[in-house]
Amino acid sequence: MSPAESPRTEPSATPEVRITVGSRFENIELIQTVVDDAFSRLGLEDDDRHWVGIAVREAVANAIKHGNREDPDELVDVELRVEGDQAVIRIEDRGSGFDPEQVADPLAPENLLKPSGRGIFYMRRFMDEVSYRFLPGGGTVLVMRKRLASPSVPASDENSEANKESNG
Amino acid sequence: MKIESHSTNQVLIIKPKGKITIGLGDVALRKAVGEALEAGARRLVINLHGVSSLDSSGVGELVSAYTTVTQRSGKLVLAELPSKIADILQITQLIQVFDVYDSEQEAVDSLS
Repeated sequence: MSPAESPRTEPSATPEVRITVGSRFENIELIQTVVDDAFSRLGLEDDDRHWVGIAVREAVANAIKHGNREDPDELVDVELRVEGDQAVIRIEDRGSGFDPEQVADPLAPENLLKPSGRGIFYMRRFMDEVSYRFLPGGGTVLVMRKRLASPSVPASDENSEANKESNG
Repeated sequence: MKIESHSTNQVLIIKPKGKITIGLGDVALRKAVGEALEAGARRLVINLHGVSSLDSSGVGELVSAYTTVTQRSGKLVLAELPSKIADILQITQLIQVFDVYDSEQEAVDSLS
């Protein structure tokens, strides 16, 4: 009897993580803890979890600071889903948006000693894909994708099937 | 985050422990460096041995500390970078800006 194929190419029915918080920097810790726990369950290695955690912190910090202007009554929504072999993190704030193309390159010599402007650079560096969408009625949606090295569901059966070939 | 500091041979050593990140750690580091300058310190070592995480605000704070100290004719160097912190300074290309020493003693000696 072979088990039913796992529908890994479909988005997971329920998100691994879904949190809404007010725009306070303390809440970044909370979000990182919960997201890190989810990535641990999804089998992401310690090192990768460190860098993904940093990217998530940057994303939430930007949503709080630039998106919601640190107004604790304005909310930030964070969602983590698995789609195929990728983790997809979606972070939404209530801000009016910006032009990602206009963000200065923090590695340019004239910017190297600037105290700010490295957040998006961090995200692009540590995630496989980073994209922004701006909602017509206001609100910025950031989507970051990270390939998971191993499938989210342990697939021990597949190996034992492959090893049966020589028995006969 | 906690910050300890002590001085030896007229060099002030600042030792942050934990995360230098937005909202808490970055503010604490800014305060520690500001107070050191107020008190007259001009040769500073930031020993990063106990730092587990450095976000973009934390990096920004290190850069600010560096430029502030330099503007006041002082010198600030870094010591004992954990590998992930060294990675961050590499990625942001700030490793070429800072003088970095493997041990606190070497850092102190470089300023003495």
